[in-house]
Amino acid sequence: MTGIPTVLDERFRAAAAASGELDVAYDLLDDTPVGPLLVGVSDRGLCRIGFDPEPEAELERLARDFGPRVLRTPRALDQVRRELDEYFAGRRHDFDLELDLRTAPEFHRRVLTELSRVEYGRTTTYGTLAAQVGSPRAARAVGTVMNRNPIPIILPCHRVVGASGSLVGYGGGLDRKEWLLRLEGALL
Amino acid sequence: MSRTGVPPFEWFYESHKSEVLAFLRRRAGRDRADDLFQETFLHALRAYGRLEHGEHLRAWILTIAANAVIDAARRERPAGQLVQEPVDVDERPAFEELAPLTDGLPPTERAAVVLRYGYDLDYDAIGAALGSNEQAARQAASAGVRRLRKEKEQR
Repeated sequence: MTGIPTVLDERFRAAAAASGELDVAYDLLDDTPVGPLLVGVSDRGLCRIGFDPEPEAELERLARDFGPRVLRTPRALDQVRRELDEYFAGRRHDFDLELDLRTAPEFHRRVLTELSRVEYGRTTTYGTLAAQVGSPRAARAVGTVMNRNPIPIILPCHRVVGASGSLVGYGGGLDRKEWLLRLEGALL
Repeated sequence: MSRTGVPPFEWFYESHKSEVLAFLRRRAGRDRADDLFQETFLHALRAYGRLEHGEHLRAWILTIAANAVIDAARRERPAGQLVQEPVDVDERPAFEELAPLTDGLPPTERAAVVLRYGYDLDYDAIGAALGSNEQAARQAASAGVRRLRKEKEQR
């Protein structure tokens, strides 16, 4: 099937984003230092960052979580793209983005909120986070929350390491965790 | 859970955008097709969150496009001044001829008549497009045709 003129396509996508009718506006960032990323925003804020996106599965998941009106609208992601660029260039330590965690279960939300307080260049441990949310024995559950973090990088689960200082694991793969920690100067 | 079977809008849009644009160009001319294209998909987007299932989406979007053409034609032409405009040659009955003729019909009958005789959709698809079923679509189309005949006799 042939396409349609690019101008027309872009015009519709921009109008759709401006209409306020989308459940999720997303874009694919093809060349970041940590590989391709899928980023999505809802009317409440940033709701997804996906590593190694397989758009089929990602879009279905977004539709299931937020509603079927999911459309690629690059312009709606301008601020997210800019802040990530600055972060990857080492020029930004904090993000000024609203986050939408409505699909995260209550325990996850508590842990992720605590996680958001871990500063740039610092690390914490699974056990410490568990204690901070009042469940000191729940280090393993905290690991699960990190693994399912819907908005990695911005919610810095890469800053969570094992009690011995080992990196342990990362939803996006250990190479990326290491790269992010080096960027922030937390690893030499 | 979202409603079963309603695909992400991105897939729906990508699957149908070429056909919808071609359809609009054929029916409304190249110049007006661009605006109608945007109008059609914005309309679909507004309604998309309320869809109960993902069946017959092609018929659905073509119906929205057909209505956009009708509404645009109505906006541009004062009532009573029906100008025959040149349209691309097409083996199907020219929609431009059918639209003004069916203007006086109740909405469901008009849609059924236009989709059946203007676009050659089958009744199953028309029923889905109208949110009813095959039999209701058949009845609406034949009621519309009867009404048109009666109007013609009275003229």
